[in-house]
Amino acid sequence: MTRLAPPALLVDDVHKSYGIHEVLKGISLSAAKGDVISLIGSSGSGKSTFLRCINFLEIPDRGRFVFNGEDVLLKSGQGGRAYPASWRQIERIRTGLAMVFQSFNLWPHMTVLENVIEAPVYVQKMNRKEAIERAEGLLAKVGLYEKRHVYPAFMSGGQQQRASIARALCVDPAVMLLDEPTSALDPELVGEVLKVIRDLAEEGRTMLLVTHEMKFARDVSNHVMFLHQGRVEEEGPPAQVFGAPISARCREFTGALDN
Amino acid sequence: MNFSWIFSYWPLLAAGAVQTVLLLVISVGFGFILAIGLALAQVSGPRWLKWLTRGYCTCLRGTPLLIQLWLLYYGVGSLLPLVPGLRGSFLWPIVREGFFFAALSFTLNYAAYEAEVLRGALLAVPKGELEAGRSFGMSSWTLLRRIWLPRAVRIALPTIAGEVVLQLKATPLAFTVTVMDLYAVAYKVRQDTLLVYEPLMVVTVFYVLLTLLITRAFKLVEAQVPARR
Repeated sequence: MTRLAPPALLVDDVHKSYGIHEVLKGISLSAAKGDVISLIGSSGSGKSTFLRCINFLEIPDRGRFVFNGEDVLLKSGQGGRAYPASWRQIERIRTGLAMVFQSFNLWPHMTVLENVIEAPVYVQKMNRKEAIERAEGLLAKVGLYEKRHVYPAFMSGGQQQRASIARALCVDPAVMLLDEPTSALDPELVGEVLKVIRDLAEEGRTMLLVTHEMKFARDVSNHVMFLHQGRVEEEGPPAQVFGAPISARCREFTGALDN
Repeated sequence: MNFSWIFSYWPLLAAGAVQTVLLLVISVGFGFILAIGLALAQVSGPRWLKWLTRGYCTCLRGTPLLIQLWLLYYGVGSLLPLVPGLRGSFLWPIVREGFFFAALSFTLNYAAYEAEVLRGALLAVPKGELEAGRSFGMSSWTLLRRIWLPRAVRIALPTIAGEVVLQLKATPLAFTVTVMDLYAVAYKVRQDTLLVYEPLMVVTVFYVLLTLLITRAFKLVEAQVPARR
């Protein structure tokens, strides 16, 4: 029997409420190295909130988070809710969980290259020259090498999102979190971004992907989770979730979007 | 029109211009640093600090600068000699001068105005850009230094440029506490020569030139990050 490496990311029983409205009602996930997990579901199902709980942009009320075998230390805060015991630890772990946002969130006062080297240089304390070399390689990979000295405001949405993917890659994250990376794009720009993400999946990048692109999720991921009203309604390999879902709701959702 | 006096008074005019510029640079420089602290306290400080800084800003923006200056100069200034050891210290030559009180009160006043501008600008930085910083593991300090503050200052730049010009035009108040700034020089020339308009016209030109210089400087800084319009 082979010893299994600890999963890159293990999340167990995450709960989150806003006031009396419970958005996440106990969601768990385990991602091995190289996994591409897609989170699908209608708006308000909690998939984005769940993703944002993983890197603590939203602080979950309850849950267990293990990152590369390291438990995130939580203490009990206001009203018995969980609260990070050490923000230092959270900051360190966040660097390994680089995020790609729906609205890109590039820093507009920096050129594309400066955006990409920002975290390596100022968070990971990488040598600037080394970071630039690395960043230029990544920008070439996403097809933006020529645009490296351009400010984000002068680029199309697709280019900005590719730049933000390069920014995430430059910290060499163990797991990438992609929060609806194509939802804010004009339809004709979606393809170029999906192509970049597909390349990453083929290279074996571990990714969690919140998306509305059903066909893409089916093609690119090895595990799909369908969320409904804060719970995992259905999960499994794409063939099951899209081809023969057990849940009627999931069938309705995937069917409705496919046609 | 008689401008012949300029030839004998130009060293005094130049010295006055230096005093005016010094007052402006000191109050804007230190005031800005103070304003950053005041603005941050209002945006993300604990509640008591929020109230304290808000009170400070309200009081200093809500009272005439002339009164603040006089309260410092005649009030605090008359108490300073009572501080043990101060008279003999190396600080005394500085703190006994009107210039010190002018610079101090202008700084405190400018900080109050600038803090309000910065507070608004800090809140105007899109939340997503800050989240991006956090998501890459930036500490609060790194986030502030690399993203939040640089973005806020850029948002506030046009307003700051206006405030600096206003500050320039407040500097003649220093004349009332014995500082020989541009306006004080004009006043002296008027007394010496009994010319009513000419000295005022000359210093007016100085102030306009300084204003042009300030606005040009800010234009240059703004152009550092090209914006799409």
